[in-house]
Amino acid sequence: MSTDAISTLTAEMPSRPLVARLHEWVTTVDHKRLGILYILYALFFLVIGGIEAAIMRIQLIRPHYNFVSPGLFNQMFTMHGTTMIFFVVMPLLFGFANYLIPLMIGARDMAFPRLNAFSFWLTAFGGIFLYFSFLGANGLYGAGSAPDVGWFAYAPLTSQTFSPGHSTDFWTLSLLVSGFGSIGTAINIIATVLCMRCPGMTLGKMPLLVWLNLVMAVLVILAVSPLTAAQVMLLVDRYLGGHFFDTQAGGSAVIWMHFFWIFGHPEVYVLVLPAFAFISEIVPVFSRKAIFGYPAMVAASICIAFIGMSVWAHHMFTVGMNSNANTFFVLTTMAIAVPTGIKIFNWLATMWGGKIHFKTPMLFAIGFLFQFLIAGLTGIMLGVAPFNWHLGNSYFVVAHFHYVIVGGILFAAFGAFYYWFPKMSGKMYSEALGRLHFWLFVIGFHLTFDFMHIPGLLGMPRRIYTYEPGRGWDTWNLIVTIGVFFQAAGILIFLGNLLWSYFRGETAGSDPWDAWTLEWSTSSPPPEWNFPVVPVVRSRRPLWDLKHPSDPDWKYE
Amino acid sequence: MNTTFMTTPKPDLNWELPARGRTAMFCLIAAESAIFTIFVVAYLFYIGKSLTGPMPKDLLSAPIFYTICLLSSSLTIHLAVSALRRGNIGTFGTWWLGTLALGAAFLYGTANEWHRLIYVDGLTISTNLFGTTYYSLVGLHGFHVIVGLLCLSIVMGFTLLGSVKQEHVERAEVLSLYWHFVDAVWIVVFLVVYVIGR
Repeated sequence: MSTDAISTLTAEMPSRPLVARLHEWVTTVDHKRLGILYILYALFFLVIGGIEAAIMRIQLIRPHYNFVSPGLFNQMFTMHGTTMIFFVVMPLLFGFANYLIPLMIGARDMAFPRLNAFSFWLTAFGGIFLYFSFLGANGLYGAGSAPDVGWFAYAPLTSQTFSPGHSTDFWTLSLLVSGFGSIGTAINIIATVLCMRCPGMTLGKMPLLVWLNLVMAVLVILAVSPLTAAQVMLLVDRYLGGHFFDTQAGGSAVIWMHFFWIFGHPEVYVLVLPAFAFISEIVPVFSRKAIFGYPAMVAASICIAFIGMSVWAHHMFTVGMNSNANTFFVLTTMAIAVPTGIKIFNWLATMWGGKIHFKTPMLFAIGFLFQFLIAGLTGIMLGVAPFNWHLGNSYFVVAHFHYVIVGGILFAAFGAFYYWFPKMSGKMYSEALGRLHFWLFVIGFHLTFDFMHIPGLLGMPRRIYTYEPGRGWDTWNLIVTIGVFFQAAGILIFLGNLLWSYFRGETAGSDPWDAWTLEWSTSSPPPEWNFPVVPVVRSRRPLWDLKHPSDPDWKYE
Repeated sequence: MNTTFMTTPKPDLNWELPARGRTAMFCLIAAESAIFTIFVVAYLFYIGKSLTGPMPKDLLSAPIFYTICLLSSSLTIHLAVSALRRGNIGTFGTWWLGTLALGAAFLYGTANEWHRLIYVDGLTISTNLFGTTYYSLVGLHGFHVIVGLLCLSIVMGFTLLGSVKQEHVERAEVLSLYWHFVDAVWIVVFLVVYVIGR
């Protein structure tokens, strides 16, 4: 009965004029549409940020190369970092959270649908505003006045004296605006998870994805707010003549670093916890086993959030803190490896003895496990203060955090794309193209980021626009740049696969993976109201109970 | 076909979840607290670091009266919400108006102090670090008082139009949570600026 209603609705959809349909997308408050808007927005900026990265890598392909000017190079690395963190990864993760959380907890929508739309449009405005800097302000000549102070914008480089014009204002205002959007979304996620769960879904029965996004939202509230405060201070300095970061008047440049990294390090966990969330859903389904150590996974996530709030100054070892501070931050940085290790072992234990299906989402999940482990190991190396004194601000650091963000988070996000694409579009993606994307991206990723460690170890600092020949950096930089082309090819195939499958793919059906969480119990794509009848759950795998009434999970949990 | 099965088990489930309005307000308060924490840390860090005068001890005197005004407005808004919970709209309106008046009095006190500092003592936000941190922290709090007063005024308007009913008590309570937070932050700001800072 309900499926009839759904099919008549979808049959009616294409008959409406294009303008009316676009208008619906712009004015929508539906969590699924907003989720898709977030994801499309992130994909758009992923391409832009990727192009910026490619420009930098072409500039560095050989010594004394003049592909771009030093000034444009500064703008490229600033815009690349800012874009990728704030306008690619965060919207991507918020998009999946928006789409999946209400479906996974059996709710009709987020707790505050209009706040949800407001947050999205704030974030969208922030990104557009940032890129308007190429045209606006003093711009329209040359490359405009895009920000060029680096993505963490250290003082006093951001003061009026050293950064005249409006380039830094574009940076700070766009982050301020999108920060409000992030806080709004985080409040919405917490209220949704705590107040909108369907009957029977106690906190201990929530899917791990929901748990991890809850922890992520708490971290957003605790981490993005300090960034907002710091941006307000920077604006006071730049517009009202304040002295917060003005060393000439007794202000401190180091306190900006503290305020920025109090945001900046928890931000890493804001980005990686949803990646963990994807892996925690994909690995069990494709290993055909329930997740190993559910309570340990939840506890480890909360531990990561707690410890993650107290490790920020490991970004500042080279600044010169006293030995007590150094010791404290070394120890907390070491400590955070423990809950992260627990998670890795739990995923491995989930796969152990399972019947593993090597579909594209699982390939990306396995890539994630391997690469995230290495990223964590170089993280521990950099967390040791004496080692950090040698390699701080070198390409070793760049290689490390790209290993986390590309090798870890982006791989997990690709896995999530392939895993939930059938649910979001109702179509199956092409498995062959998915595998091609995976292998191209694995090759490109390892060419680029494995070999990027080496010029770092050989002393190549980050953010230089060119370098002298004969320091042993040349070949490594060439290999690193070659890897970029493989990655770009992978991304093109990925986008092509999404488009082709959306229009030409086979119909997926409501549950193509034989999965166990609630989103697979409704049609693909889900109707506007998600569930015709409010579901009632008794275990962590409600669809397992449904499919195996003689052997349900709730007997053992 | 899925749905029929999924609704059958356990009809006797006692299922109650927290109210989303309160939950969201507590989250907002957490976010705001983090913002205030950064400003308070900056204030404390920069105490005594100004290179030129004037210094806090020359200019600031504790605004005891206006502080009492603001803190007692927490009591009046609590009484207002309790009255609304009992369905007593008249009493609710009176206490709500009292809250507005006390909040406005506090804001007048701040405005007075700023006027004296700027026009008599010549301290502005760009004078020295004391000016920068003082106006930012007190101004951030004042901004929250203004936002609170605007929200309270909207409710007051609805009350005068007669559209506030007993069933709206939860919403009034959510707003009162925000107001309690604004008052609580003032205790911290007062201690930092007028007690420790001098």
